[in-house]
Amino acid sequence: MSKQWRWVVLLLPLLAFLVLVGFLMRGLFSDPTELSSALVGKPVPQFSVPDIYDPSQIYTEEVLKGEPMLLNVWATWCPTCRAEHEYLNQLAAEGVTIIGLNYKDDSRDKAINWLNTLGDPYRLNLFDANGAVALEFGVYGAPETFLIDADGRIRYRHVGDVNERVWQGELGQRYRALTGKGEG
Amino acid sequence: MRSFCKATLVAALLVVLAAAVATSVQAQETEVYTFEEPAKDALFKELITELRCPKCQNQSIADSDAELARDLRDRTYLMVQRGASKQEVIDYMVARYGDFVHYQPPMTVATSILWWGPFAVLAIGALVVLVRVRSQRKTEVELSDEDRARLEHLRSAQQEDKDS
Repeated sequence: MSKQWRWVVLLLPLLAFLVLVGFLMRGLFSDPTELSSALVGKPVPQFSVPDIYDPSQIYTEEVLKGEPMLLNVWATWCPTCRAEHEYLNQLAAEGVTIIGLNYKDDSRDKAINWLNTLGDPYRLNLFDANGAVALEFGVYGAPETFLIDADGRIRYRHVGDVNERVWQGELGQRYRALTGKGEG
Repeated sequence: MRSFCKATLVAALLVVLAAAVATSVQAQETEVYTFEEPAKDALFKELITELRCPKCQNQSIADSDAELARDLRDRTYLMVQRGASKQEVIDYMVARYGDFVHYQPPMTVATSILWWGPFAVLAIGALVVLVRVRSQRKTEVELSDEDRARLEHLRSAQQEDKDS
């Protein structure tokens, strides 16, 4: 065995160790509860769901087409939804189109009361009482926010609250890339 | 003192065990899924232990008491009741919740290291052993002419010692 080869063989375990360290370090700082959505790149699933204020008004997946928008999954039992609500109001005021999907809330009245007191940032309010629509979207908690393009294709999913940091991050960047709106 | 500690430990363990059994019985009692055909019942039980709750880190939807696990159990029940096959239910869940939802990950580029990694490590080990054995054998047989002459000299000297 030549001398050069011996060095390579001696360095291999060190290299393997460093790779392992890098891998485990990444694991330390990643959030295992954050799952990537299986629906990214796919068209929005079919559904039919009533309006939150007017139960006789039924919406289908067609309302999610036409322009880039956010679909925000929320409920009154979700404290993080309360935390992000003010920021959603701000985004709506800046002209960002947001559609609300109320997910398995305690009651319709409670949800409407929330919107009346905290403000309603949503262009449309879908009321998913038994979670059937959320299941189609692969929702596993609240809040979740989907970015949908003008063709009604899901581009991205954010799990957790939407805030300034998130809006400067991937979610906002992707939205701005689609529209050119919502800057600043 | 020591036996006393042991006794308390055993007692404490028993209490914990009893509590665990009690809660699991309670969890099972909250909802009952009945099937008329035993085959569907078996399929349902198999599916809910194989499907993973996306909300929980490491629980099947059979074990978890999370709201979402209940929804997925209900959906599984509905699909099995309507005559869906095992693969149909799994495909339905994976299409919505990703590979995470199934406890048997499919072979993809990302998971290939899990499937082939152990074999790769084994192969590297075998290679190292092979190289080392071969290099050792080589040093054993290499003798220069000078060495050979010395060996011959030593051997004859030894023979002379014996003779005398």
